[in-house]
Amino acid sequence: MKFAVIVFPGSNCDRDMYYAAKDALGEEADMLWYQEANLEGYDAILIPGGFSYGDYLRSGAIASTSDIVVQLREQADKGVPILGVCNGFQILLESGLLPGAMLRNKNLKFMCHFENLIVENNDTLFTSKYEKDEVVSIPIAHHDGNYYCDEETLARLKENNQIVFTYENNPNGSVADIAGIINEQGNVLGMMPHPERAVEAILNSDDGLKLFQSMLENWRERYVAGA
Amino acid sequence: MLQAPEITPELVEQDKVYQEMGLTDKEYDMIKDIMGRRPNFTEIGIFSVMWSEHCSYKTSKPLLKKFPTEGPQVVQGPGEGAGVVDIGDGQGVVFKVESHNHPSAVEPYQGAATGVGGIIRDVFSMGARPIASLNSLRFGNLHTGRVKYLFDEVVHGIAGYGNCVGVPTVGGEVQFDDCYEGNPLVNAMCVGLIDTKDIQKGIASGLGNTIMYVGSKTGRDGIHGATFASEDLSEDSESKRSNVQVGDPFMEKLLIEACLEVIHSDALVGIQDMGAAGLTSSASEMASKAGMGMEMNLDLIPQREENMTAYEMMLSESQERMLLCVKQGEEQEIVDIFKKYGLEAVAVGHVTDDKMFRLLHKGEVVADIPVDNLAEDAPIFHKESKVPSFYEEYQRMPAYIPEVKDHSETLKKLLQQPTIASKEYVYDQYDSMVQANTVFSPGSDAAVVRVRGYDKAIAMTTDCNSRYIHLDPEAGGKIAVAEAARNIVASGAKPLALTDGLNFGNPDKPENFWQMEKSVEGMSAASLKLNTPVISGNVSLYNESNGQAIFPTPVVGMVGLHESLDHITPSHFQNEGDLIYVIGETEAEFGGSELQNLLEGKYFGKAPAIDLETEAKRQEQLLAAIRAGLVSSAHDIAEGGLGVALAECLFTEKGLGADVQVEGDLTTVLFSETQSRFIVSIPEKDREAFEAKVEDATLLGTVTNTNKLVVQNGETEAITEDVRSLQQLWKGAIPCLLKSKA
Repeated sequence: MKFAVIVFPGSNCDRDMYYAAKDALGEEADMLWYQEANLEGYDAILIPGGFSYGDYLRSGAIASTSDIVVQLREQADKGVPILGVCNGFQILLESGLLPGAMLRNKNLKFMCHFENLIVENNDTLFTSKYEKDEVVSIPIAHHDGNYYCDEETLARLKENNQIVFTYENNPNGSVADIAGIINEQGNVLGMMPHPERAVEAILNSDDGLKLFQSMLENWRERYVAGA
Repeated sequence: MLQAPEITPELVEQDKVYQEMGLTDKEYDMIKDIMGRRPNFTEIGIFSVMWSEHCSYKTSKPLLKKFPTEGPQVVQGPGEGAGVVDIGDGQGVVFKVESHNHPSAVEPYQGAATGVGGIIRDVFSMGARPIASLNSLRFGNLHTGRVKYLFDEVVHGIAGYGNCVGVPTVGGEVQFDDCYEGNPLVNAMCVGLIDTKDIQKGIASGLGNTIMYVGSKTGRDGIHGATFASEDLSEDSESKRSNVQVGDPFMEKLLIEACLEVIHSDALVGIQDMGAAGLTSSASEMASKAGMGMEMNLDLIPQREENMTAYEMMLSESQERMLLCVKQGEEQEIVDIFKKYGLEAVAVGHVTDDKMFRLLHKGEVVADIPVDNLAEDAPIFHKESKVPSFYEEYQRMPAYIPEVKDHSETLKKLLQQPTIASKEYVYDQYDSMVQANTVFSPGSDAAVVRVRGYDKAIAMTTDCNSRYIHLDPEAGGKIAVAEAARNIVASGAKPLALTDGLNFGNPDKPENFWQMEKSVEGMSAASLKLNTPVISGNVSLYNESNGQAIFPTPVVGMVGLHESLDHITPSHFQNEGDLIYVIGETEAEFGGSELQNLLEGKYFGKAPAIDLETEAKRQEQLLAAIRAGLVSSAHDIAEGGLGVALAECLFTEKGLGADVQVEGDLTTVLFSETQSRFIVSIPEKDREAFEAKVEDATLLGTVTNTNKLVVQNGETEAITEDVRSLQQLWKGAIPCLLKSKA
């Protein structure tokens, strides 16, 4: 399986994402500079965390206007799995690939620590290796992780089972304790917690590894079934 | 505000304009001699920043020479942007600490942020990827609105900058004492990883080679920052707020990635960041180190503001700027690399062979200075030193014996002392895990970051108990180094080397200079004994506000190596049934202790004694036991003594408890701050092997699953406390203080 990691100016979890795919999962991965990237031929696209464009204006806002997002939309429409973590999630929201918006954390401070997440939906190509309602320990590191959407959108998210992860103890004020959501088609996942930082026991948790393993398993089932 | 154009060389001399820039009459005369004429306004400005304490170490140099700086592990000692130690496999660790005290006192957010940015540039300008940041902070007690504001904004500034550039802030320390109320300390340390073959130098060699400027444009911010850092803070320091630079971490992040690409280009000759004294220091130092001269055309300097004078450009401390020396004719290669990141590398000058530092502006030569004199010949002052009367008084005092009636209550109060209390409020705001290598984040004795792809890890810590140094600078200096090494060893690593962040008061006061002298002597003795040479550092003097000096605070930033990931040892108890040992005996030593602070509200008497032989032996033996796989956890005993250390060992979410049995005077056993001690826990089966390896270990008790801390003194139950409630007090103390009304 071949992963693309998109690198924006100011991305800083790009290497972490790359190593999660390449070393922890053991698959192929390329880091692609946003201006030179051609997303054709990749089996999955990873949008890493960080501070694209310094988070100036609004987290993810400037990156969402770059040309690469046009390609990203094409790949999303084609059903290619796209995972956006932290700033990657913010970029997906700003590009309209996922609904809602991010507000400042309710305490108005950056926060970084492990949180317990509840797997609300394990029927996705990102979470199939988790149990439903499994509690996993995955770190957060964000200033603007307070997910917001209007009631109508929330009702739709719930109805379509688009809420994939929630916080056990909501740290940032997110609506409905939301930590991660998926699009209606089920191929674009955005989440604030960092699964790529929890892929080895030495990093204090490997609970994030199953997310990448789920992607791999689903890709195998889809493309190399019967092989 | 100083204005350039109208002031002629004659006026500079006549009106003693140089005094406003921090130069003395004697220094002016030296400069006039060097120049063979009266220096003009721009030239005297350039001298004033290069000869400031911050850049020239003119006061501290005679002391810094005392530090041991060599060892087989040292690849690069003091003198470059940062020091480098060998960690095997062709790799080195690059590190340095730097202060940003005065800027943070007047503009805490930007002061702290640019402190972080500056030290990160020192590390990547060596060619290393920054892999971790630490800091060492001092504030007044959290009683006034001003102190709370400084504390909150400094932390906010470190977070704002460090998180954005993607370098994890993995450790540090924060302490609170009244002496820092008007003059907080903000020391930032950065650690980088490098293939030693890639080490860069800040040199401008090769006649005709091109000098290139890259990064943020030059503005009027930070003019005379280095001079500002070299004088006392006073009532009118607030007016120097405009002297404080403003940081742009996004620009820094671009520079990191671009520079780490550029170092692999053959076109690059030398690279240095523009730190204190900006363009002046980077350019003149690069030329002087190469034994060459340099000519720059200031019209070509990218400028953020209009009508900047030569003086302003040369003294600006605008952040996120780098100066490169590039092979003549190969400039385009460098330009192209930076262009990818949206950065413009601009040719602004060239290397000459006349050893002159020559600046052109609007068709005129605005400065023409012998570069070696500028960069190397700052006068060295041998300051007067005098034993302070308070020290003699402390030494004469009978030993302080505190009276404690309720040991449980006292333990709870100590856990809530802000210096001891949990710093989670602080470190939760730092991204401690980016780069996905952090094994131990803040809250452990030492931070541990593994080296990806190898069976090894780096341990790092910053330490300095300034109360001991106030009482006895020599003993306190030894303790600062020993404690840092103790933290590294407790984590299972071998201490390699240290960087010193020397923060002192005004050296013109002989009593202050004596403190500097003695603490440097103490630190040197300990670094020699513990085999941790000093490979880089920073000196910050004049840390006084309204005439009152801070406690001498020579911060030790230490780095160690885990030779295998298996050696990494946590500081908290791990397993029910493990045996708890204390290494080292305990004497009644309460001078400078947290208990003394709690009961008396001040520090007096003798500092705890330290014997470096004993220290070294215990560290070696503990490390040997850890490497033999005999140790479940190890924690050094520091502020608050054994009682606090025991409680800290239990502050996890594991629900563990401890049953311990002690003998003797309970106050001494629990709260004395005798040095060279550890608490360790080991699997019961390893008892014999452990005792054979660690001579001074005494069995204290066992780790339980009760979530209770139980201390038996002889037949009586001295303490029985629920761990969870102790932990809540410890965790809640700082947030609670911040919320209380000023």
